[in-house]
Amino acid sequence: MTPSSWRRSLLWPMLRKEFIQMRRDRLTFALLIGIPVIQLTLFGYAIRTEVRNLPTVVLDESRSSDSRSLISVMEQTQNFRIAGQAHSRDEVRDWIESGRARAAIVIPPDFQRDLKRHRTAYAQVIVEAADPLASSAAISGAALAASVRVNAILDPRSTRSPPVEVRVRPWYNPALRSSVYIVPGLIGVLLSITLLLVTSIAIARERERGTFEQLVVTPVSKTDIMLGKLLPFVAVGYIQMTSILILGRVLFNVPIRGSVLLLYVLSLGFIVANLGAGLLVSTLVETQLQAMQLSVFFLLPNILLSGFMFPLDAMPRVAQWISYALPLTYYLKILRGILLKGVGINALWHETLILIGFATALIVVSVKRFSKTVT
Amino acid sequence: MTAGTVSDRPLEQPESASAAVHTEKLTKVFGSITAVDGLTFDIGRGEVFGMLGPNGSGKTTTIRMLCGLLKPTSGAATVAGFDVKTQGEEIRRNIGYMSQRFGMYDDMTVFENLDFYSSLYGLGGDKKRKRMDELLDTQGLRPWSGQLVGTLSGGWKQRISLACAIAHHPAILFLDEPTAGVDPAARRRFWDMVYELASGGTTILVTTHYMDEAARCQRIAFLSRGHLIAIGTSEEVTKQFGQPTIEEVFIELQRRDEGVTA
Ligand SMILES: Nc1ncnc2c1ncn2[C@@H]1O[C@H](COP(=O)(O)OP(=O)(O)OP(=O)(O)O)[C@@H](O)[C@H]1O
Ligand SMILES: [Mg+2]
Repeated sequence: MTPSSWRRSLLWPMLRKEFIQMRRDRLTFALLIGIPVIQLTLFGYAIRTEVRNLPTVVLDESRSSDSRSLISVMEQTQNFRIAGQAHSRDEVRDWIESGRARAAIVIPPDFQRDLKRHRTAYAQVIVEAADPLASSAAISGAALAASVRVNAILDPRSTRSPPVEVRVRPWYNPALRSSVYIVPGLIGVLLSITLLLVTSIAIARERERGTFEQLVVTPVSKTDIMLGKLLPFVAVGYIQMTSILILGRVLFNVPIRGSVLLLYVLSLGFIVANLGAGLLVSTLVETQLQAMQLSVFFLLPNILLSGFMFPLDAMPRVAQWISYALPLTYYLKILRGILLKGVGINALWHETLILIGFATALIVVSVKRFSKTVT
Repeated sequence: MTAGTVSDRPLEQPESASAAVHTEKLTKVFGSITAVDGLTFDIGRGEVFGMLGPNGSGKTTTIRMLCGLLKPTSGAATVAGFDVKTQGEEIRRNIGYMSQRFGMYDDMTVFENLDFYSSLYGLGGDKKRKRMDELLDTQGLRPWSGQLVGTLSGGWKQRISLACAIAHHPAILFLDEPTAGVDPAARRRFWDMVYELASGGTTILVTTHYMDEAARCQRIAFLSRGHLIAIGTSEEVTKQFGQPTIEEVFIELQRRDEGVTA
């Protein structure tokens, strides 16, 4: 090697070392990939049990053969278990408020008449949707499934048969969150959690084990140290994202309406922003435990105020302001936009630019703060 | 190198340009603790220089400042002619450092650690392979090259640390208690290695709590509470304190220390 080899980038040996360690540290690697899978599966399981045999009260104001047939079809889907009959709207309310029923099927008096006149006949499914993560999401799916069945069974022969429309009316959670809506958000939340935690811990671990001191007396630049830590986790982020997308599709039928390529490209800003935040955390702490605590402190507002849990416009003004300062808020718009609405870059450039801004700022600040000294 | 002196009198310095290490009123303050207090000394090129002192006397802090791992609070120091405050990168290329705490990667093999550090010191290709072969052989690490460093015993950990610290033939080697927790045979072997390096022109600063090791150094410096108490050959230092051995000097110093506190 020539004397200029000193100036050669030492990123490659850093990366090789990180990959060797990652390969050895099977547990962490398994957790990185496994946690999202486990969380999604648990989530899915919770929804499944919720959907099955939901105690349901029936208010049949039509009292017709058609209405009885609709009810029995709904029951056959096994999403609903008829728990009893109500005789008025007030009674329906009582059933649900007392918790004896978590859903109600309401068939108005003119149901059969509308059907006969080849008009759209409406039935209503009322859902106790206070638990946004499980019940409401599940029930909307169930109701939709029911309506499809209803259409098929009520008139299997004719395509121009009068449609039956089952309208879902969620109570207590007007902005109904379906799993379809939540799973994309979950990609953002899980990415945030793991990336922030692993980056901040990775550097704190070197400090704690004493390897940092030996590392930083070598000529390796701090940029190479940091890139060596970050780049492998970009890969981890993409692997995680892919596994959640696939599972979301398999378990929850989450649509991918827009371009997957666009999603992957736009995700980079978010991934780097989180890695930058992780680096920043690592410059503020000494131990892995502190890294974990400070990361959680960063994560909580992201999860609570980004629009993942609660709709942005239902939040108080101050919380909304905070949400503008969170990368996850913008990434959620990108995720839902591409996956659910199938929008292109035109609708998302605003969010994309903001994420790039976050990523740049966080990386710059943490590189500035990061120092090749020990304390 | 001149006779022993005490800290409150400035040393007659050899030409600092020719010194491998030169410090001038080097001071480090951590909050309310002054870990290193106005340290002034020189280490000549090719010298084996020992640093002694009770726990907490400031040895590690001094070495860390010289390696660029800590910023001095005040004072100045040059290492290999480079200023520790402004020329950290140049210093890093010219020094090797074995930290007091074992700093190799436990979850990597002997070979992988050596490969990693050789690469960081700018070695590559054939040159790296040749140097690694040489180090594996001279350190007797060859049979362990595929073993995870975390599973090695103390003596072998010390050898891989040393191998990594000298991969790039550094001009100055800082060894912070390199023989702590190592058996006598391994210690002797280690010192043979140190002499070999020194005879090849490497300057060595070594800290130790073993008095027999102190006697092997060309000069020693005594630190106490961050102050330089004595500096010189071991004969000079023992004479200065009117004690028969360095160990007696050490104990006498500690007794004075405690007298000050009481
Ligand atoms: N990062 C730090 N923050 C605060 N105080 C520190 C720090 N590092 C060292 N000290 C303090 O500075 C003093 C000198 O410590 P140092 O580690 O240099 O001693 P030492 O001579 O190497 O001791 P030992 O023989 O135990 O290794 C001690 O009182 C120690 O507690
Ligand atoms: Mg020490």
